[in-house]
Amino acid sequence: MGSGMEKELNNGRLSAAPVISAAGLGKSFGPRRVLDGLSFTLARGESVGFLGPNGAGKTTCINILLGLVEKSAGELRIFGLEVPRRHREIKYRIGVVPQADSLDPDLSVEENLLTYAGYFRIARRQARERTDELLQFFALQSRRHEIIEQLSGGQRRRLLLARALINEPELLILDEPTIGLDPQARHLIWERLAVLQEQGTTMLLTSHYLDEVSRLCGRVLILDHGRIVAEGQPQQLVSELVGSEVYEVEGTPAELDLLARDFARCDASMERVGDRLFVYAREDCSRLESVLGAARTWLRRPANLEDLFIQLTGRSLRES
Amino acid sequence: MKRVSFFPVWLRNARVWRKHVLATLIGNLGQPLLFLLAMGYGLGREMAPIGGLSYLQFIAPGLVASAVMYSAAFETTYGSYTRLAVQQTYAAILMTPLGLRELVVGEIVWGASKGLFAGVIMLCCLPLFGVLPSPWVLALLPVLFVAGIFFAASGLIMTALAKNYDFFNYFISLAITPLFLFSGIFFPLQNMAPGARALLELLPLTPIVSLARIFCYGTLREPLLLKILGSLLLALLASLLAIFLLRRRLIR
Repeated sequence: MGSGMEKELNNGRLSAAPVISAAGLGKSFGPRRVLDGLSFTLARGESVGFLGPNGAGKTTCINILLGLVEKSAGELRIFGLEVPRRHREIKYRIGVVPQADSLDPDLSVEENLLTYAGYFRIARRQARERTDELLQFFALQSRRHEIIEQLSGGQRRRLLLARALINEPELLILDEPTIGLDPQARHLIWERLAVLQEQGTTMLLTSHYLDEVSRLCGRVLILDHGRIVAEGQPQQLVSELVGSEVYEVEGTPAELDLLARDFARCDASMERVGDRLFVYAREDCSRLESVLGAARTWLRRPANLEDLFIQLTGRSLRES
Repeated sequence: MKRVSFFPVWLRNARVWRKHVLATLIGNLGQPLLFLLAMGYGLGREMAPIGGLSYLQFIAPGLVASAVMYSAAFETTYGSYTRLAVQQTYAAILMTPLGLRELVVGEIVWGASKGLFAGVIMLCCLPLFGVLPSPWVLALLPVLFVAGIFFAASGLIMTALAKNYDFFNYFISLAITPLFLFSGIFFPLQNMAPGARALLELLPLTPIVSLARIFCYGTLREPLLLKILGSLLLALLASLLAIFLLRRRLIR
């Protein structure tokens, strides 16, 4: 092996090396254990979604990746480089869209990008070129000289994304990238993220919007209580763990008891929530639709990631 | 690998400041100038000279030092806390290759720069009051910068401990205001009871006020070295403590 190649390996630039490899990550804040032996890898060019209820450990995990939280157990490498020892090198190659808006409200759109470029020591001319490209890419050219306070929520989010890309990162970390946006704004962001994926950017995304995750991620990791409780391709996970279709039926307790007995003849699992019966069918149960009757309120729909999420992490509220 | 420095943090603050220069200038200079007018001109006309200086001449250099203190300390309390807690600027910076040390040093040097700037503007105003500084005043500039470092770092220590803006009232009322009143700006310490004098000589602003007076009027026969070394040491210690406390707050 030549020294050039060794150097490449050392910098983790060879495509074979995973972008992130985490083994047994643990973190406790006092007596509270937030991460409990989290292991995962992220291959180059892959987009992976972190799903989990509040307090599951998603944000803590991301903060460990960024060096804002120090892990108390486990091993973490990004681009093959050890964390935290080589964090500074690593961060030159990461872009982050944080959950909280951290744009500089006193500066203009352009100044925000140029200032951020300064943190990466990007030369001024190059920073200007990159700024032009990014403003174009995110349809913000006409806002270039506006102060952040005058931007809409969607424009701010796009600018946060543009800022995260200023250093042409190999890994993009997105923490709730479309939180609080209207559908038009979300679609525009998804479209741009898809372009970046095509260009080979590796992405790690957290979201509460399950449609967003199934749209953007080839693989999801579902976290709860600091551990991974399920992992795989979204559709495959849903059909394996939930089923193919879901019936939601409204009725009185007596009616639902009766229905539950009927549906027991089909390969399905059931859940009662208030005056509703959820039937998660693993086979075609349409032969039983006659028992639902015309009068009752019911619907049949494909099983989705939200069903899986609820099934794995429960219906109780997590407020932490 | 590229070197990292605190400079981009400084530059970021300078970019924002450029948009509000006038407001910050009035905020920082209003008080010392009004004191110079009320005490120096108003009260001073009735007073006997102190050590060969008119009362206005006596208090003018100390008020320059106080302008540095106020400007630096306000910047790294109210200003820095806004960046830390409201605007999430620190979080944004820590996602980049800049580390905590660059961030904190950048904030402190920025606070000190603002302090120095306020001091220089104040010095430039002195001739309007008939106070003409000696050429030695140029040697005062690094001293004012060191004082700026100390007060900026002290403010940042408060920011690292603050849960809200009200917390800074303690700092201003219990530290900054007493320093303004008792560091020898308004009365000479020489003739005080030895115990009281020793106590006041130990206040961090006192050596700066003395040095300001010495360099302003070129009276270099007075002892300098201890005052300068002591101020440097304080600035260093406060900066280290600010780094330690902000690391504890921001990296868990």
